Amino acid sequence: MTGLGLRYSTRQGEVRALRDVSFDLARGEALGLVGESGCGKTSLAKSLMRLLPDNARPAGGEVLLDGEGLLSLPEEEMRRVRWRRISLVFQAAMNSLDPVYRVGQQVLEAIEAHGVEETVASARARVARLFRLVGLDPRVMERYPHELSGGMRQRVVIAMALSCDPDIVIADEPTTALDVIVQDRILRELKAIQGQLGISIIYITHDMAVVAEVTDRVGVMYAGRLVELGETAAVFRSPLHPYTEALMSSFPSVSGEKRRLASLSGEPPDLADPPSGCAFHPRCAYATALCREQSPPRVGRGGQWAECWHPLDPAAVPVDPA
Amino acid sequence: MMPRPGDAAVTHDLPLVEVDGLVKHFPVAGNVFRKPSGFVHAVDGVSFRIGRGESLGLVGESGCGKTTVGKLLVKLLEPTAGSISFCFADASGDEAPSEPVDAATLTGGRLRDFRRQVQLIFQDPYGSMNPRRTIYDTIAEPLAVQRIGNALDRVDRVAEILTLVGLTPASSFLFRYPHELSGGQRQRVAIARALVLEPSLVVADEPTSMLDVSSRTGIMSLMEQLARGLDVAYLYITHDLAVARYMCDRIAVMYMGKIVELAETEELLRHPLHPYTRALLSAVPVPDPEHRRDPPAISGEVAAPVDPPPRCRFYERCPQATSTCESSPHPPLEEKAPGRFAACYEV
Amino acid sequence: MRWSRSKGSLLPDASAGPPRVEPGGGRLRLLHARTRLVLRSFRNGAAVFLESRIGLLALVIIVLFAVMALSHPVLMGTVWDADIYDPVTGYAFDATEQPAPPSWKHPLGTDPLGRDVLSQLLFSTGSEFVLGITAALVTVAIATTVGAVSAYYGGLVDAFFMRLADLIIALPSISLLIVLSGLFDLSLFYLALVIGVLGGFGGTAIVLKSQALSIKVRPFIDAARMTGGGQFRIIFVHIVPNLLPLSLLYMMFTVTSAIFAEAVLSFLGLLDIRMSWGIMIHTANTGGYLLSGTRYWWLVLPAGASITFLCSAFYLAGRALDEVVNPRLSRRDG
Repeated sequence: MTGLGLRYSTRQGEVRALRDVSFDLARGEALGLVGESGCGKTSLAKSLMRLLPDNARPAGGEVLLDGEGLLSLPEEEMRRVRWRRISLVFQAAMNSLDPVYRVGQQVLEAIEAHGVEETVASARARVARLFRLVGLDPRVMERYPHELSGGMRQRVVIAMALSCDPDIVIADEPTTALDVIVQDRILRELKAIQGQLGISIIYITHDMAVVAEVTDRVGVMYAGRLVELGETAAVFRSPLHPYTEALMSSFPSVSGEKRRLASLSGEPPDLADPPSGCAFHPRCAYATALCREQSPPRVGRGGQWAECWHPLDPAAVPVDPA
Repeated sequence: MMPRPGDAAVTHDLPLVEVDGLVKHFPVAGNVFRKPSGFVHAVDGVSFRIGRGESLGLVGESGCGKTTVGKLLVKLLEPTAGSISFCFADASGDEAPSEPVDAATLTGGRLRDFRRQVQLIFQDPYGSMNPRRTIYDTIAEPLAVQRIGNALDRVDRVAEILTLVGLTPASSFLFRYPHELSGGQRQRVAIARALVLEPSLVVADEPTSMLDVSSRTGIMSLMEQLARGLDVAYLYITHDLAVARYMCDRIAVMYMGKIVELAETEELLRHPLHPYTRALLSAVPVPDPEHRRDPPAISGEVAAPVDPPPRCRFYERCPQATSTCESSPHPPLEEKAPGRFAACYEV
Repeated sequence: MRWSRSKGSLLPDASAGPPRVEPGGGRLRLLHARTRLVLRSFRNGAAVFLESRIGLLALVIIVLFAVMALSHPVLMGTVWDADIYDPVTGYAFDATEQPAPPSWKHPLGTDPLGRDVLSQLLFSTGSEFVLGITAALVTVAIATTVGAVSAYYGGLVDAFFMRLADLIIALPSISLLIVLSGLFDLSLFYLALVIGVLGGFGGTAIVLKSQALSIKVRPFIDAARMTGGGQFRIIFVHIVPNLLPLSLLYMMFTVTSAIFAEAVLSFLGLLDIRMSWGIMIHTANTGGYLLSGTRYWWLVLPAGASITFLCSAFYLAGRALDEVVNPRLSRRDG
């Protein structure tokens, strides 16, 4: 397989949760998606999985997985893709586990439902393997969700997401509710598994520090748009979009010099009525009349690009969105 | 006199709060008709001082007892043992403080006076406001309860404090309901409510953990600026060392109901003494892709402190535990260097 | 005004000066703002209520009955002669046989005692409203207080009220009312009180208590304690207002059960009431007209239909209110 293409554009509703978002994801790559709450991160994940609520409807765009368009697949086919090709690690581990079944049983069911293993015995062996993979004692299979700590539950959910050998795992705030020591361990494990199995992971988070540590590339979302995308190291070293800079400089760190935290004024825009031109202009320090009136062009430098009239690096040149 | 935690706070020679040997046990529910099957030692012998206008951070993982300490301090809970004494400035504004007040003895009118001096900012800006009351009602309530001013004075006063916390123009916020505000704006209202009585101490329980990155910074700098302007002391409870670094003069690290280390902020972050502090610190992700961290030297997971054995609470997970640690009681919080306290035999 | 000045001015940049509400018009502005808020929340609620078809239907029926109730004194004062049309003491001299079938002078005919049925029906409508609403108000006042107090204090207070509620639920209330009306001459007002008290200490109190329990653990209750407010304040300023939407819902249901209970007791002839829908059916029954099929339909159908429609209307109004107060359905949350 030569790097799987993934392309997605425009979903429109009364509230335009996502507007013309496009990116690609290579095999074995870790992509981070960051932004404030309500910027469309989770909508994007749900769109990729086609798990949208009834009131949402996709408006244009396409998701290509190895050249196969997912948005037009019949539901039957999509069910095969979901979990076996793309799987999801939810934010609230407690809510995604059924409290009345043993956790091993729940992972087993996911395997059986997708017919990955021939026999029950081999399926059980697979669950045990998965548990060891995520750092759990296979005996934990016999326990109920409420008997497990938050970190262990999150591991079970990760094991479940890995149960059908997916190509892509979408991790939606996988460690937000966890303490730092547990978070550290789970992120390290995810990273190790990613290398071991060669899967791609999309991390959806608001935590710049997590993104910095685990991703290869990072996309910054604002008001339903992807406003910057590039290699994580490059974006952190020299962001192009003022919003990316603001996000980074508002993030406190325990190490290094204690620098002043910049705060971003104002509130995220109302997606039902987004500002004209560049959606970020009301909060942007560099905004001009141009930003208010016209949508910004895409400018880039190397593999990194941003949608901005006044990129922070003047060397950035306009690039073709295709 | 024995050096006590907090004595070395250079600029704060008059402690505002002195907490000594604070203990809070919660019964573990047994069967309906039986006695409790054990006790969770949520807070187990915690002592510290907070000076006037000082900001002390209380940092630890979930379940370490930090929120319980906060609730004990503001008297939403009563301690099982130990004492909390406050030394408020006289109402007349003299520099000489009044006699220390033992928080345990306060009832009725004196409790109401106490509430004027000690306030709390909650973690959840959504749940901490009565959804059926307007912003004005919410902020004016402490004034009404304390019988300060009449209804009209209070409108002025609330408008004044709304301006102060950055909700301008105040008149457009006065008669709105909490659900019409964003999380960051609500937390500003919560700060306004806590500060409207001009307290001496504000206990802030994770005030920014439920907010977005962008509004978080705004709230942090607002709290810092107000503390300076109003000479308020904070007990800042958080799980996030990076946030504590920006908000606190000193940090106390809690583990399973005990303070394991207490020091001036930058000192603690740069040279942590206690193995738990070190593990905690090395687990915090750093927003710099070029920075490489070593995994924290710690094993296992936190257990609930139900009737824990008397030895060091950190023994089971400690990378440098020795036989002394196994056989001795939990180490006392000792001054290992000037102003640096740690509870460990191996430091 | 005097603020504590121990720490100097509150505002670091006091010179800038905050915007002030003008002292003169302040009280008026405060009042004005409050009125606007109440009106707005009423408008929002009314919009949701009327959006549901059943809410609109219920409202139309209730208004219709209210018009009926109001029309009785008007008719008595203008076109109806008291000797003929009085619901209790009148007699239709113009009819040849009693009960007389509907005619132009008596649109719903007369009863076996020669009294105008329409007049009785209209007169009773007013009583039913008074009864239903009095009972409902009593129920809600008691249940809300009991619920909030039990939830807040817990322990013995809670145990006492909850066992009392169990007791009242366990007793069949209609039989209890029959016994009570046998022992005492129950007038309309006392009947309303008894039904209200039974409802208030009974099931409604349990429902409101469970709601109050969920409110009690919300952080804003702790926040209210932090201000130094007393228990009374916490219960009646913070818990009770959050119970009121649910109380209102149960108020509607109480109206229904009160009207129904009155009908049953009147039908059995146990009440000391001048006239009501139940008594109308009772009169038809004692004359033996209930058994003669549909021939004397005007004796039973108007009263029976009124009971059915008014009871249903209040019940449906409750269901529609549910949409307004239920947080899961409310558009204001989330």
